[in-house]
Amino acid sequence: MFISSQSSAPSFRDFTLVMPAVAVGNVGQLAVDLIVSTLNMSRVGHIHTDCLIPMAGNNPYATSKEDVDELHTPAEVYTAAELKLAVLQIRAPILQSKSKKFCQLLVSWIKSSGFSRTVVLSSSHAYQRDDEQLQGIPLRYLVTPSLLKVSSDALKELGWREMERVPAFPGLTDGNAEPRLCIPGGGITKGLYTDSCEEDLPLAVLLLFCSEGDNIPDAFALVNHLNDWLHLLDDHSQQPNKWKIPASWSLLFGSGIPPALF
Amino acid sequence: MATFFGEVLSVYSRAVEEEDDDLGENEEDEQIRRELEEKREVHLHWSPQVSESLKSGNKLRCSDFILAVGQNASSFLSAYILSSANWEAVGHASVWNERSRAVSGQSSEESSCIFHRHKDNPSVLMCQVTCYIAEDQLFQWTEKVFDCLQHRELNVTVLSDSSVADYKTADYLCSSSAPFLRSLHTSAFSDQPVCQSLEQPNIVTGLSAAVLNHCQVHRIATVVYQCYSDVIGPDSITMETYKPVLTKLGRSIQLEPSPSTDALRKFVRTTDLQSNLYI
Repeated sequence: MFISSQSSAPSFRDFTLVMPAVAVGNVGQLAVDLIVSTLNMSRVGHIHTDCLIPMAGNNPYATSKEDVDELHTPAEVYTAAELKLAVLQIRAPILQSKSKKFCQLLVSWIKSSGFSRTVVLSSSHAYQRDDEQLQGIPLRYLVTPSLLKVSSDALKELGWREMERVPAFPGLTDGNAEPRLCIPGGGITKGLYTDSCEEDLPLAVLLLFCSEGDNIPDAFALVNHLNDWLHLLDDHSQQPNKWKIPASWSLLFGSGIPPALF
Repeated sequence: MATFFGEVLSVYSRAVEEEDDDLGENEEDEQIRRELEEKREVHLHWSPQVSESLKSGNKLRCSDFILAVGQNASSFLSAYILSSANWEAVGHASVWNERSRAVSGQSSEESSCIFHRHKDNPSVLMCQVTCYIAEDQLFQWTEKVFDCLQHRELNVTVLSDSSVADYKTADYLCSSSAPFLRSLHTSAFSDQPVCQSLEQPNIVTGLSAAVLNHCQVHRIATVVYQCYSDVIGPDSITMETYKPVLTKLGRSIQLEPSPSTDALRKFVRTTDLQSNLYI
């Protein structure tokens, strides 16, 4: 559950929440790192739960010597009050047996906090696309009915494609099986979406088709698409590197190479 | 995933596959799952005296809690602090998981976690953890142990073993610089750690991380000293790396003078012959 790191509990009423799903390539989490780092958001609390694998480290967004030694936990909430933006960052895998519980925990927290809308940044296995999905930009969106009422015009203007439903048993022409939503490699994305539909919460999912590897370009792509909708940055100059890379992104593929290896 | 040399590797993805909720679980599956969960529960067993103090929701008064995670950290505490016979064992935790070896005849004390309390100063508690605690048990262990302790003015020190292979640095470390210490502390910790802080992008996982998470949200002053060593098993040089921590611990506990090399060797057992592939 949410524990404030300040003396009083912050208010999230009418804020927009952006959160990642732990999914293929960790694209959502990398994108959220960019948002927190660029907008210099401040931490307001932790989500303390037994559903995540424990980890701890010093400040991943440190910019100077003063703020380096600050302990950070697997799930934390940051805000940028002037933008009415809140961000939840999840840094650890969800325990396999607890994914449903975590989903329910998040949905009930979102509901009780009064966020005006939630955007889940996610990804899905690129190799499971069908012929149609191989064409065009690899971005897809999903939106709950309650958010569709408010944002349908904006989404239409952006020209994004909605995530396609797939037949339950591909190849079989059985009329009984209805096409259903399938997000392979998306972690709890589908669970969050379906639970939010049931609870009538305004939630959108933005996902990118990708594969494991160097997912930094995917993170930039996803966060730029998000920015096209939410206008988080004032910069209209269309520069590619308007997002600030945090200090924690160094050595993503391991330590320096020992010279004795060659 | 295709590699540069043309072969295709099957890669383990960090993404968690979504569970298929369409297939309902039958009762038998449900029962097996429940039984397995019960078996994996962490249980704390206290001495009668301590159990008495903990009755009716009371908590143990505790000013210092020292936790050792790993062989070398535990042996360090045994050699430098517990050898002074002023300590009594007051409890242990039983943890079962897939790595617990069901060796008959082996007492549970040998490979589990043991709690010791100082006889003259009962508010100082120490715990040595040498068994493996699985990822899904870490939170539970931490909650159950800290639920027994009074949080006010509690100071927690954690000594934790780690492999230098897990330490990321831009310049490749020559093996001569290992073993070394790095520290992490909660916001409530106001003292000075005895060593350098853990640099980005390194993180800690396991029991020390679970303790840090708990203490950060509950505002308990906690410091973790992570020792990065290039030796897998018990090793006297790795144990001695924790020595600087004694200066801090010595303020609340009476310490013995430095033990001799022979005393340290007692704690360094030869590795099991089961695995002599890498000697």
